[in-house]
Amino acid sequence: MATTGEASGPAAEMRKVFTRSPLLGSDTHSLCPGCGEPNAIRVLMETIEEMGERGNTVCVLGIGCYTAFGALMQIDCQQAMHGRAPAQATGVKRVLPDRLVFTLQGDGDMVTEGLQEIVHAAARGERFTAICLNNAAFGETGGHMTATTVLGQRTKSTLGGRDAGRHGHPIKLPEMLAGLDGVAYVARGTVHTPVGVKKTKKLFRAALETQRLGLGFSLVEVVTMCPTGWFVSAAEGPRFQEEKLLPVFPVGELKRPRDLRV
Amino acid sequence: MAKSVGTVVIEVDACKGCELCIPVCPPGVLSMSPSVNAIGFRYPILRDGCTGCELCAEICPDYCFEVFRAAPSRASAEVTA
Ligand SMILES: Cc1ncc(C[n+]2csc(CCOP(=O)(O)OP(=O)(O)O)c2C)c(N)n1
Ligand code: SF4
Ligand code: SF4
Ligand code: SF4
Repeated sequence: MATTGEASGPAAEMRKVFTRSPLLGSDTHSLCPGCGEPNAIRVLMETIEEMGERGNTVCVLGIGCYTAFGALMQIDCQQAMHGRAPAQATGVKRVLPDRLVFTLQGDGDMVTEGLQEIVHAAARGERFTAICLNNAAFGETGGHMTATTVLGQRTKSTLGGRDAGRHGHPIKLPEMLAGLDGVAYVARGTVHTPVGVKKTKKLFRAALETQRLGLGFSLVEVVTMCPTGWFVSAAEGPRFQEEKLLPVFPVGELKRPRDLRV
Repeated sequence: MAKSVGTVVIEVDACKGCELCIPVCPPGVLSMSPSVNAIGFRYPILRDGCTGCELCAEICPDYCFEVFRAAPSRASAEVTA
């Protein structure tokens, strides 16, 4: 069933200006209402399509809610063990250097469970692109604290809010990795507004072009809504993100190669 | 009736009722339905006045929107030329 504003459908002189990327297939997905991850993945797929890399891309998936997209994305996908996607992507890229290779991980996967994997891959200057969907929670397992949970944030394992004295401070991975030699491109985006989604697409393009030019390691962290793990309604997700998360995780480019034109 | 320069096709049964599309629509022509879809969620309904700006499609996590815009007509192109 479909509905439009005009009972007869779009008038003949209307031209289609937006449709779902073919790289997302046609199935529905099982992620929660108001989740931020699907839009990050959508603009990533649009970018790969626009770069003409559809048949030449390998995604190495971490473990989290985004893992379900392994069944939707119309590109080659591999499943890594929790946190180990950067090691696996290292292998894929070294064996198949002409492929566009990226990891798709969460903050729980990349920053909590697999921190040493991503740090060493970055320091080695591995020429793949790492993508971190940072929702400051272990979403899939029900909303527990991760290394990026912000101070004061309530999770199932920090019911009174994350406390610096008891639980430590959130890790800002892009800021941490930007200082490493071997790291060519680092940026952080957001998907809580339409403008944020569009800008994140540009960051993906810059990171993947960095890889295509062989300039070194690239990382894009995208702050994504997790209303389920934040215990707010789907409609409240963008405001929660704006007020609680973005002051800790400011968006923008932290490092970019001088030769990069996009 | 105001003539719309754009329109959207909404895949109603894919909608999860998150309401993220409602506040991002600049002319405010989307509102939630009183009834629910096949999976039990209220979904957006379009009124006249869509500009085809695509912002609803940019924010919808369930890829429910297709967006259409009017191609500038020959007559109006001549007037502005
Ligand atoms: C070695 C190992 N430890 C724990 C788990 C359980 N587990 C599955 S998904 C997940 C959370 C992933 O969080 P994140 O990467 O942030 O993704 P999100 O679900 O928030 O999208 C955990 C802890 C697992 N599968 N394997
Ligand atoms: S638990 Fe959070 S990250 Fe997982 S699908 Fe739901 S909203 Fe998205
Ligand atoms: S295309 Fe723009 S004007 Fe039309 S319904 Fe979507 S957000 Fe509103
Ligand atoms: S953003 Fe998409 S899923 Fe959410 S209410 Fe609007 S159409 Fe439904």
